[in-house]
Amino acid sequence: MKNRYDVIVVGAGPGGSWAAKHAAERGVSVLLLEKDREVGSPVRCAEGVSEKGIKEVVTLKDQWIAQTIRGGRVISPGNIVVEAYPDEKGYILHRKLFDADLAAMASQSGAEVVTKAYVHGLLKKNDAVTGVKVLHMGREYQVSGSVVIGADGVESRVGRWAGIETRTPPEKMASCVQMVLSNMDIASDMVEFYFGSQVVPGGYLWVFPKGPRTANVGLGISGFYSKHQKPILYLKKFIEARFPKASVLSLVAGGVPTMPTLKTIVGNGWMLVGDAARQANPLTGGGIVNAMIAGRIAGRVAAEAVLAGDVSSKRLSPYPKEWHTLEGKNNERSYKIKKVVDRLSDTDLDNAAQTLLDIPPEKRTALRLFKTVLFKHPKLILEASKVFV
Amino acid sequence: MVLIIPVLRVPEECMKEAVIFIDNERCDFCGTCVGVCPADAIELTESTISVDKKRCTLCRECVDICPLGIPEVLE
Repeated sequence: MKNRYDVIVVGAGPGGSWAAKHAAERGVSVLLLEKDREVGSPVRCAEGVSEKGIKEVVTLKDQWIAQTIRGGRVISPGNIVVEAYPDEKGYILHRKLFDADLAAMASQSGAEVVTKAYVHGLLKKNDAVTGVKVLHMGREYQVSGSVVIGADGVESRVGRWAGIETRTPPEKMASCVQMVLSNMDIASDMVEFYFGSQVVPGGYLWVFPKGPRTANVGLGISGFYSKHQKPILYLKKFIEARFPKASVLSLVAGGVPTMPTLKTIVGNGWMLVGDAARQANPLTGGGIVNAMIAGRIAGRVAAEAVLAGDVSSKRLSPYPKEWHTLEGKNNERSYKIKKVVDRLSDTDLDNAAQTLLDIPPEKRTALRLFKTVLFKHPKLILEASKVFV
Repeated sequence: MVLIIPVLRVPEECMKEAVIFIDNERCDFCGTCVGVCPADAIELTESTISVDKKRCTLCRECVDICPLGIPEVLE
């Protein structure tokens, strides 16, 4: 670790590694810091991506794919099962290998990667961020950087230290828990989503196969509900009923911000990427591809700003603009849809599921489902109008 | 008639006697509580978590959001 870099990235998840790679490719010096001893571990993620999404950001390697998914099942509160086989495939990744490879790709583009490097504060001059304070192997370092990119996840403090409010209210945070299960009777090429106030109030439960007879099984519920009963209790109850013979290979907790992107994600000498910027899709909770899209833009814009000799918030502002056009707008729409879904009762969801059964499986795209359900159930249009108008 | 109101002096260390306790033996170090903390009072490293008593306002949002139910208020 040197005293000075052009760009310092805090956090080596997909967003951070992608920002580091895209900055380094433009010839500026880049430091990528990871607080944990190993990039990619622990895996706090359901690991699902769509084919279209992931191919938009990276050329897939076979070894990243745990399981190819050809369809999905939605199970309503009253156990109505709706199957869908969309045109595009999905994948369940091995995030541990995936994340490690992305960091390796960043390093091969010229970034210096340092693990066990905990950033506990920023260096600032007037209202500009000028570097980071790092604890590494029991020693304290102060490293200067022209641009600091905070890709430090849901627990991000880079933005707070830079002077903006990044704190997420509990009702806009999904409190999640996931187990890797083995010895279960499932179709290994189908994902499952469960809904209902008894199983998973104010959220959904997923079963994402990682191979034959093994899957990520997890759920996320809003802070509004986790206050009353903990996600871990809902998950244990579900698994006892649905997969009584399964063994638990791992258990992870986690939080997913389910809100539109923060209003401010750049300032003088700093940027935020991924969960730190609240860029996951608020409806699905999917954040891998979004973080990589944001990282790609942020890394490029940071490098261009360094090369132009101006790292002011104005010079970094193409990043939020491009993000908004590519995904930010979509996230705002997803957030509105989520607010409609949150208003639906178990009966509404059962009625919606029953309606969907009338659409041929090959025509069940998400948007079509949404429109059909609204059309067939005027009460839902009313609910939607409260959110969209 | 003279009314005498007794004035009790409360020692400062007793004024805010409750604290948030996060058991490091049971915590998964996922950082969800850090994301909701309005006071930026929680310090999370790879495998330790601690609450800064001076910053903590006892709002209990960390207690509410934790997926595992680890943070607790100790009176």
